[in-house]
Parts: sequence; structure tokens; C-alpha cells
Amino acid sequence: MPKRNGKAVSTAPEKPVPMKGAQMVWEALMREGVRVVYGHPGGAILPTYDALSPYEAEGKIHHVLVRHEQCAAHMADGWARATGEVGVCIATSGPGATNLVTGLATAQMDSVPVVAITGQVPTNLLGTDAFQESDVVGVSAPVCKHNYLVTDVNDLPLILKEAFYIAREGRPGVVLIDICKDVQNAEGLFRYDFEIDLPGFEPWPNVDMSAVQKAAELINCAERPLVLSGHGVQLAGMGRELLELVEKAEIPVVTTLLGAGNIPESHPLSLGMGGMHGEAYANRAVQACDVLIAMGMRFDDRITGRLDSFAKQAKIIHFELDKAEVGKNVVPDVPVIGDLAETLPALLPLIEERRHQVWLQEIKEWEGDTEQSDIINYEVDELIPPFVIRQLWHATHNAKNGPPIIVTDVGQHQMWECQYFTHDHVGQLLTSGGLGTMGYALPAAIGAQMAFPNRLVWAVAGDGGFQMTLQELAVIKQEGNLPVKIAIINNGFLGMVRQWQQFFYDKRYTGTPVWSPDFVKLAEAYQIPALAVTKPEEVAPALDKAIATPGPFLIDFRVKEEVNVYPMVAPGAAVDQLIRRPKPAVMQGYSGVQPSW
Amino acid sequence: MKYTLIAWMRDKPGVLSRVSGMMRRRNFNIDSLQVGHSESPGISRMTFVVDGNERMVDQVIKQLRKLVDVTRVDNITEQPIVAREMALIRVSTSAENRSEIVQMVNIYRGEIVDVALDSMIVQIVGSEDRVASLIDLLDNFGILEMVRTGPVAMSRGQVEHKHRRSTAVWRAQANGRDATAAERFKTGGV
Repeated sequence: MPKRNGKAVSTAPEKPVPMKGAQMVWEALMREGVRVVYGHPGGAILPTYDALSPYEAEGKIHHVLVRHEQCAAHMADGWARATGEVGVCIATSGPGATNLVTGLATAQMDSVPVVAITGQVPTNLLGTDAFQESDVVGVSAPVCKHNYLVTDVNDLPLILKEAFYIAREGRPGVVLIDICKDVQNAEGLFRYDFEIDLPGFEPWPNVDMSAVQKAAELINCAERPLVLSGHGVQLAGMGRELLELVEKAEIPVVTTLLGAGNIPESHPLSLGMGGMHGEAYANRAVQACDVLIAMGMRFDDRITGRLDSFAKQAKIIHFELDKAEVGKNVVPDVPVIGDLAETLPALLPLIEERRHQVWLQEIKEWEGDTEQSDIINYEVDELIPPFVIRQLWHATHNAKNGPPIIVTDVGQHQMWECQYFTHDHVGQLLTSGGLGTMGYALPAAIGAQMAFPNRLVWAVAGDGGFQMTLQELAVIKQEGNLPVKIAIINNGFLGMVRQWQQFFYDKRYTGTPVWSPDFVKLAEAYQIPALAVTKPEEVAPALDKAIATPGPFLIDFRVKEEVNVYPMVAPGAAVDQLIRRPKPAVMQGYSGVQPSW
Repeated sequence: MKYTLIAWMRDKPGVLSRVSGMMRRRNFNIDSLQVGHSESPGISRMTFVVDGNERMVDQVIKQLRKLVDVTRVDNITEQPIVAREMALIRVSTSAENRSEIVQMVNIYRGEIVDVALDSMIVQIVGSEDRVASLIDLLDNFGILEMVRTGPVAMSRGQVEHKHRRSTAVWRAQANGRDATAAERFKTGGV
């Protein structure tokens, strides 16, 4: 039975109804509670698009026309991350399907439930290199949880139901269904009352309570415990329980990029993000702790740095749903396999109330050092990105209609967002963490905005990444002026790559300077109001104006060019071997801007 | 160290490429891989020999189990097992050495399955060592052509017997009807 995020999909016996394969797709989507699909039509998927018209006319399912299929996957991904439901994207065969791949890989790497439906050439043309044919099942298999090629209409209903089941249950992921055109046209019997029977699929492994017991014993006698929490906490909806746990035993929390906001970052026990661009004190805490409680995370190389020097003194407890992640990068002393929604509540009563003042005091001292050397907290004369991000937090954190959703692209601004925006709510930050897909922000923000039309959604992108998917500005307009706010951190470079070139390649800036169009004029062409900001004192008014303006708004922050993200762990280095911010040679003069860091 | 694994999977088109694709993607080293039907229609059985260390094999098993079509994976490295492979060897012969070769093949309990004037085909089934050893011997006479399977393996002694249903049977049941005889013995599937 579906356990989580499961629409109550009925298994009550029903009378099979004859219909075309194309209609079965929409009928199944209706049963799964899908309201919006993102896609782009084409020859091989046309029958399915044709069958959509009555559903769209009755307002049951809404189709969003994207300008590039990659963005269909990103929008479905944004929708899915914001709601926790399965996002659906649809594309035609050949180029349509291959264009999807980047978006699907992005979702799969970050455990986002997405179902992709693609058209395929008719069965009699399969394997003949027909027009717009590509081996989509083969191409997508490495980036999917599972995929199907449908060559018989009678298999279609069960495959559709299985696809949603697999995408949603257990560790979420991507399932692709490639449907031959003649199957879409063929008549078959539709029913949806199958009991899912997949002997090779174990989404919810049984929890070994003795492991939970062992974990509790280890935590109870820890002097320097630390929680390293990831996306899994959010997927299991265990933010509150995690907070309860760490408050009870006074355990500081470091998060991964996707774990941002698992506990409120303004909470005294929150140390923010760890890893490559994590704050120095967070990484030092990871290295110095004696019991590391990893929750719903997978020890990505960006969080561990050099593996053989990672958390050497610590006993490691790994709470994880996906067995294959346990022992993949780091071998834990106590693996606790199972759903966090089961293991964490079971752990809670076994944990003793503890105080760890000495340990917290030590971290506090490191934190002071970080404040001095890594965090920019002096007045600024020039427009620098961290300042913009902090102002964005000031302008948005009290937003009406719930906490704002910030969707970032990939690169320097993504790291600054993590460092300078205080995430006080679970699921507030949507970002491509695993795959690191540039161009993610705008389409994913559109998906998130459509899921929550009344919430404030900001897409924060660099000038490089924004230009990868800016064609989706058209979707904002076509979908009735979606109120997505866009902040472009425009520094004229592919900033993160430039930073690496500066540090590791003697400042040879090959291929990193970016010419950009006038984004304000570009926005105008899309009939989106826009502003360019060049001075620090203009930031707050511009943000306020953007928020006050109904509908979309774009701000082009023309920031200082060569600013680096500090601290930084060089790739392959231990996480406490940090490149720190050089002290400013001359303290900047007072610019008249109230420092409100 | 070499590890022997057995995996059962639904016999569907593409399942072999799913398995081999996963192995390549994750940089696992496969020494040999044999695939064939199992006792249950619709379920294929693969025997892998994997070269690596304990951690790698642990990952191989876990990643295999993650594939939706793979229903079961056993690591039988530590168990008492029967492992056999087979080879067909075309060895060059002459009037003088033919009987000598026949003798050797008999010692190894191999079979001569084809004879030509200047060569013959030897078939040998046995443990990896025995096959290798006969090949070494025959090499002295000149091996013209050879094909050798990797090992297939089964653990010794009593095992819990589980009936596994074929894909076609499972589809039929899902569609609310009994499987036909043809479906019960169908090995393909969707």
C-alpha cells in the first residue's frame, strides 16, 4: 500500500472501460491526483495530446507549454519539491525525450518524485532509426529509478500505476514511461484497481529496533554529538521531531545544502550548512565531534571533503532509507536503515535529556572566528552579492502567505544564498544540489509558484545560468502572469568557475567571462517589469518594489565582478582545510547604508 | 578477492542492459556473467563473479537489489557451492597424436563432440580449475578455436524452495484472469 504522499488510489474492483491508450494516460493521471503537467508536444506524442483536450476543457488537468523540454522536467521537479507530490512532464520522442534527460537527472539525484511520459515511434518502426527515434529507455535508464517501454496497450494501465508507485514510494525518484505511438492509438481496457505487486521493489525496509537502541545508547553517552541532516528529513516530514531531538539532548545541527531549514537556522543549535562552502565552524564541529548522527543524507563528496580524514574521531550513526547509501562513501558504526518517520519517533523516547555546554561553548568560539574572517559584516560601498542576498532575506522573511520559497540556480550565488539567507522553514530552499544543474532556477520557480500561487517565490540566478533557460520567461506570461520574482546576480562571469580558475589555474579566465543582454530590456520584451540595481542603497527599495508589484518582476543586480565564496574547501582536501577570506586591505568607508547583516 | 553472486530477475527485455549498465556506471569489475532461465518461468537467473573487496561487493549487491526488476540477490561466496563451467575447444590433431588427445580428454571426463581429419572439438564441463587445466594441456597440441562460459553456481544442501511466478502469469493475474498454459511457460514478457 502507498505509505507516504499517497493519494488514496483506489484498489476497489472496477469494471474495465474500453478506451484508447492515449486516454488511459490522462485517466491514470486523474486517479493519481495530478492537476498540472508540463510538456511540449510533437509527432509521436500527438495522440496523447489530442486525448487531453476534454480533460483540459473540463478544467481537470492543466497543461503548461514549456519552451524547452529540459524545463518541463525542472518545472515538474519544482512542483514536486514544493508540494511533495509527484510532478509530471511530457515530451515527444527523439529530441523531446533526450532534452528531458538533464532535468530528469537533476530530479533523480536529489530524490524528487517525477514521472515523465514520452512518445515513441510506432512499434513497427522501433529500432529502425526512424524519424525522431531515439532509444529513450536506454538513454534515460542511468538517470531513472525505473523506466518502461510500452508496446502493448493492455499493459499501459498497470505500468502507469506502477510508475507513480515507484516514483513516490521509498526514496523518491524519476520514472519514465516511453509509449509507442500506435499504443496510444490502440483501443484497450482501462481499469486502475490493481494491487501493486513488485517483488523486486522494497521501498520501506523494516526497521531494526535494536539498531535504534544502539544509536540511542551511543547518543546518550556522547560528549560532543553532532547531527548532520539532509534532504531525507524533509522528505520524511520530520523537521519538528528532529528539533525535538536536538533540543532534548542539546545537539548542534549541521545541514547539507538540501537540508537547509531542517531546523530553523536562527535556532541556537543550528550551525548552518557544512561542506565545501560551509562555514568554518560547522566543518570544524564535524571534524571534532565524537558521535556524528547522519540523518537522511548520503555523504556526498561536497559535504565530506577528503573521505579518509572525515570525522576521524567520531562514531558515525547513519539513519537512511536507501540501503545502498549505507556504507557507500562512509561506513557507519551504527547503520539505522528505515524510514526516518519511523526511526526518529522511535529514537526520541530513548534519548536522555542532556546538556553539552562545553562542546557548544567550543563551537561558539569557532563561530566568533568565522564571524571575523569569513562573514562579511561590514558596511559596503560596492554592490556585492552576499549583501544582496542578505537584503533579500530582510525583504522576504516576513512575507505574507507563508515563508517565501527561494529557488536558486547553481554557482556562487547558490552558496551565498545558503550562507546569507536564514532558512527558518523546511523546504524553503529549492536548489539543484546533486547534479548542480545551471538553468534550474527559473523553471523550477515556475513549478513551485504554480503549486503555491499565493506564496512569494524568488528565483535567484546568476547571469550565466539564467541565460541557459531564460526562454521560460514566456511561460510566466502565457500562464497568466505568474508572480515569480527573479533576481539575477549579474557579475559578468561564470562566477564559481572563475573562482576555481583564480584559485587553482593562476587566474587564467578561459571561457568564463559572460556577455549578457540588457536583462531589463529583455524583460520588457517579455512584458515583465524590471529594474537594474547598481548601488547598495538601491537594493532594498528595488526588492520592496518587486514584492509590491503584482505579477512577475525581474531585478538585474549588477554586482561587483570578482567576489569569491569563502570559506572554501579545495576539492580533495579535508573539510577543515579551508581557504579563508583574505582580510580587506583597507576597511571600506561608511557608505551611508545601514549595515543590517 | 573473487565473489560469486546469484541474482534472480524478471525476464524482461532490457533487464540485462539494466544490470550491465548499472555495473559499468558504478565502475564495478565483473569477471564473468552468466544468464539463463531459472526454475520459475519468467524469472532469469544470473551468476556473477565479481573481482573486488568486501565494500565493493556490498555495493554491488545493494545496487542490484535497487533495480526494480531484480527480485533477489544472494552472495554465495562463503557458502558451500557447486560451480561449473563449460568449454568447447577445437584442437588441431594429426594421426600420431589423436589417440593421445582422446586419452587426456577421457581423463578429464570430457567428450569429443566432433571429429575432422585435422582437428576435433572437445567439450568439457567442470570446475573452473579443471577446465583451465585441460585447456593448458590441449594448448600443447594447438588450440584452433575456443569458447568458454563463465561459471554457473548453486549452493549445496537443502534450500528453502520459493515459487516464483512468471511475468506473464503476474500480468494475467493483475488483469483479473488465470494465466493460460502458454503464458505460464512464456519466458519473455512486457
